Amino acid sequence: MKAITWLALSLILSASPVAAADGISGEREQELQNLLIQDCGSCHGLQMKGGLGPALLPEALRGKSAEYLSTVILHGRTGTAMPPWRFLLSEAEARWMAERLLQGVTQ
Amino acid sequence: MIRVIASLAFLLLINTPAMARGTGDLGLFIERASSSVQIVETSSNTSIGSVAGLGDLSHASVVYSRDQRYAYIFGRDGGLTKVDILKAEISQRKLQSGNSIGGAISQDGRLVAVSNYKPGGVKVFDADTLELVADIPATFGDNNQRSKVIGLVDAPEGKFVFALWDAGEIWVLDMSQRDRPVIEKFKNIGRNPYDALITGDGRYYIAGLFGEDGMAMLDLWNPSAGVKRILPDYGKGEQKLPVFKMPHLEGWAVAGDLAFVPAIGAHEVLVINMRDWQEAGRIKVHGQPIFVMARPDGRQVWVNFAIPNNDTIQVIDTQTLAVIKQLKPGKGVLHMEFEPRGEEVWLSVRDENRVEVYDTRSFERRNTIPATKPSGIFFTARAHRIGL
Ligand code: HEC
Repeated sequence: MKAITWLALSLILSASPVAAADGISGEREQELQNLLIQDCGSCHGLQMKGGLGPALLPEALRGKSAEYLSTVILHGRTGTAMPPWRFLLSEAEARWMAERLLQGVTQ
Repeated sequence: MIRVIASLAFLLLINTPAMARGTGDLGLFIERASSSVQIVETSSNTSIGSVAGLGDLSHASVVYSRDQRYAYIFGRDGGLTKVDILKAEISQRKLQSGNSIGGAISQDGRLVAVSNYKPGGVKVFDADTLELVADIPATFGDNNQRSKVIGLVDAPEGKFVFALWDAGEIWVLDMSQRDRPVIEKFKNIGRNPYDALITGDGRYYIAGLFGEDGMAMLDLWNPSAGVKRILPDYGKGEQKLPVFKMPHLEGWAVAGDLAFVPAIGAHEVLVINMRDWQEAGRIKVHGQPIFVMARPDGRQVWVNFAIPNNDTIQVIDTQTLAVIKQLKPGKGVLHMEFEPRGEEVWLSVRDENRVEVYDTRSFERRNTIPATKPSGIFFTARAHRIGL
């Protein structure tokens, strides 16, 4: 019985390792995931295969660092359709998204 | 004789009872996360069926056959699906490119054109068989680069019109002789046209520009006059706000001589006087407008917004140019579609997983339909309108 409780607890903890590190709550992670798929997806494709914006699949991003990607996310790219998200996302949240993109976003 | 009766009986059998109804009060909405559509009826404000297996439907759009029975659904993954809305089933499906963005049906209903991002261009298919009729690569520049194509619409006299995002061009494709496509190109229309529309009479094609101020207008009755810039001073010298979602120009909102379009990079709806194409006003609104759609009688204009204001709808009175109503249907209001005569409007509320029907006079909610991440809503009345 006790073992099961422990198992459940460790599952809960390991389900959101990034949350623990960055102080992003599980609920906020859900929101970010939804934003990534739905709203970033409106330009990059729901499956990140590209649209008005380029594909953001792990293969397409190979060699690019999470730091670089989160800078693009926060500040956008002037002169292109990529908007700056710093009004809506914190640095930690942009970083979380960058890491999700590098891992591959699944619905 | 017996054979005739037998086949008649057979015909009756397969044609009843499911077929014994019209389709003028039907439509569908896209459920983009589940690759499906729900078929809806506007007389009862209910969902009457659903069709799955339609691929990646982000940004999907729909046109209807002239008999209003078949919906052609253009998916992001390049899928072109013909859905029989009476039988609620797929009648044909084709993967036509890597990445598509929209489509149009020809004036005579015999051709369906699809615009593609990748590889950039337009493909034209037979509306019956979905066989390829013409492949028009959107090449530009010295190295034959391919441009993403946006703003594809049908126009009178068997034409399609579209714009090239990367090239800054408008092309008129004459498909009146299907085995001999003729293309007329208009270059240097402005940087990054992001969407376009055609007026309800099929005369003016207007592309919104993301990379420059103003809009590019082509008078299809006088193409030799070339493309003109309208509202050239709009937004000049002003700090642009970030655009978290590209506005849509599909809902050409016209009331009398006035047209209403979303500004880009400003929280405003622009009013254009169509007599002289001058700016006739700017209406401050709640966020970056996405769809600016007129009720079919033109008395109201309904506006939805980009994130983070996409929980709100504002209604503008076209006589006073004032915002007369603000609604908060819920998070992620993505699209709206008026019933053919405008007494009710349907809204998709993506993040709340529902579609809602509102009375446009009392602004009361009439019904709510559960849905999975709903986006575009399309009623069959579009079948008989130019540019939709
Ligand atoms: C309005 C359209 C639009 C939206 C919405 C959008 N992007 Fe972009 N994004 C672009 C475009 C266009 C580019 C390419 C810019 C260029 O040409 O350099 C881009 C580039 C990027 C890049 C750089 C890719 C690379 O290989 O360098 C990243 C990362 C990115 N976007 C992430 C996001 C994320 C995360 C979101 C949502 C929070 C988002 N984008 C929302 C249009 C958009």
